[in-house]
Amino acid sequence: MAEIAQPQTDDASLVDARGIDKVFKRGSEEVHVLGGLDLQIPKGEFLALMGPSGSGKSTLLNLVGGLDRPTQGTVTVAGQRIDNLSNRRLAGWRARHIGLVFQFYNLMPVLNARKNVELPLLLTKLGAAERRKRAEIALEVVGLGHRMGHFPRQLSGGEQQRTGIARAIVTDPTLLLCDEPTGDLDRKAGDEILDLLTALNQQQGKTIIMVTHDPRAAERATRTLHLDKGRLVTDPVD
Amino acid sequence: MFSWFSQVFAVTRFSLASLPQRLGSSLTALLGIAGVVAVMVGVLSIAQGVLQTMRSSAGTDNVIILRAGADTEMTSGLSGDEVRIIKEGPGLARDADGVIASSELFVIINLPMASTGTDANVPMRGIETAATRVRDDFEIIEGRMYTEGVNEVIVGLGAAQEFAGLNVGDGIEIGQEQWPVVGRFSTGGGIGESEIWVDSKVLQAAYRRGNSYQAVYAKLASRDAFTELKDELTSDGRLSVKVQRESEYYAAQSTVLYNMITGLGKAIALIMGLGAIFGALNTMYTAVSARTREIATLRALGFRSGPVVLSVLAESLLLALIGGAIGAGLAWLAFDGFRAATLNWASFSAITFSFDVNLPLLIQGIVFAAIIGLIGGFFPAIRAARTPVALALREQ
Repeated sequence: MAEIAQPQTDDASLVDARGIDKVFKRGSEEVHVLGGLDLQIPKGEFLALMGPSGSGKSTLLNLVGGLDRPTQGTVTVAGQRIDNLSNRRLAGWRARHIGLVFQFYNLMPVLNARKNVELPLLLTKLGAAERRKRAEIALEVVGLGHRMGHFPRQLSGGEQQRTGIARAIVTDPTLLLCDEPTGDLDRKAGDEILDLLTALNQQQGKTIIMVTHDPRAAERATRTLHLDKGRLVTDPVD
Repeated sequence: MFSWFSQVFAVTRFSLASLPQRLGSSLTALLGIAGVVAVMVGVLSIAQGVLQTMRSSAGTDNVIILRAGADTEMTSGLSGDEVRIIKEGPGLARDADGVIASSELFVIINLPMASTGTDANVPMRGIETAATRVRDDFEIIEGRMYTEGVNEVIVGLGAAQEFAGLNVGDGIEIGQEQWPVVGRFSTGGGIGESEIWVDSKVLQAAYRRGNSYQAVYAKLASRDAFTELKDELTSDGRLSVKVQRESEYYAAQSTVLYNMITGLGKAIALIMGLGAIFGALNTMYTAVSARTREIATLRALGFRSGPVVLSVLAESLLLALIGGAIGAGLAWLAFDGFRAATLNWASFSAITFSFDVNLPLLIQGIVFAAIIGLIGGFFPAIRAARTPVALALREQ
């Protein structure tokens, strides 16, 4: 198991994470989740992150997405350092730059599909009519134009995940982060979601980072990285 | 700024819209707060009722004259001569029947309560017929006035209701005799309605008081005549008296009881309120933990912590306000106008009164509920906003 040598600093990198350590404290115990990790992701890449449970995939995704900060090291996205931003600024930064897709969709049960997709737009200065229009377009893109008024409980798992993707792309984010997007779906629905992500990457040039356990999902990516015990490795263990 | 308000509005809307999913725990907190407010308003309405009774006892232009140094009628004493000199004082109102002043004495007799049958101290007042002219609102509402010089009594409205055997036609046992109840009277509220009235001469004889009294109640010719009367009587070498406006006298009389009931009411409300705060805390912790993922998702999407805190507080406040309004409403329905009797600590005799649930009390109750709600929502709100997003997203 050898560590992968990452390319040297590349100005074209959309994501540039260097010397990343992440330590969690559980009581008096320190858990080293990521250690000395470097990662560069060029614009337009569809990157799959694989690895066993606890290998640090989701933690890495959170650091790149500004949901957490590294204990050590720097994270630069689209030219901006984000590891030293305050919580407040980081929240604003996420709203502008990050689209998030969750394993369990994380839709608001009290809102219908269109209102769910409109949510991130509430953080912009757009008026109600413009928000509505953009949400409708995003839902059309994911093939849910006919189910805009449905609530999450009235949608299948695949449809809920499509709604989640529509919510992630509605702000036209710099980076699309997907945490096990097919983890809760059957094979058919999972394939449809992967088709959709592939299309977003190939046709619209979206940069996507996807955490997954599923080798079939990883096959869709333009590059796959494997994590084990907080380090990038060449030989996959799973 | 626009964005911040729209965030608050949006997040609060989700939390309120998802209330029905947490109906059980929300209702528990709501009803707990309703109970606290109902009890608080109920107890404080007793104090308000007592205060109201004492205040309405005082005629606007009335004075009460006691022996110097006496704080209550109980500790006062005036001789027949003193009473005569007092009634000749300047500034007292007069009508066709003479000066409007009544020399009175006061004893306490034992009668069973109508509700429980236990003995209570009931005030019996010996009056002169002028007493009915001193008290503006005096009115015989059943039967007739007693006959002067005869062992007959008339009974105040409140006393007739609270104590047994005081209906017109009943008799009260005084010594070896039965004194018939011949009438029931009202004084338009006030402490007089807790009393039994009899001719002062009859009471003096029965209790071997000679020709002595305890107080003179009188009406002033005008409101401004008070100073003249007071100066004259207190500088008269033959007298040693204290001249007070009735309003001041009753205000002093009611202080002890009012403070005691108010203090008790607030202590009870505080203890119950603490309990309700824990109920609200529990409910809001449950609400926040049920919405952990929802709140974390909103924060992950870029919503800030402030709006999340406010939304939790808003939900807690809303529950508390509804609970407070229900409690205040219940207290109003159940207690307002409810008649009861309690011991007047100034005279050690019973005073009858109506619970008085008024607007300021209702507002006080709802404000108290709001405080419970805000404290109960505060810590859960802080937890919701402080939990690291990445950690909260993992909770399923």
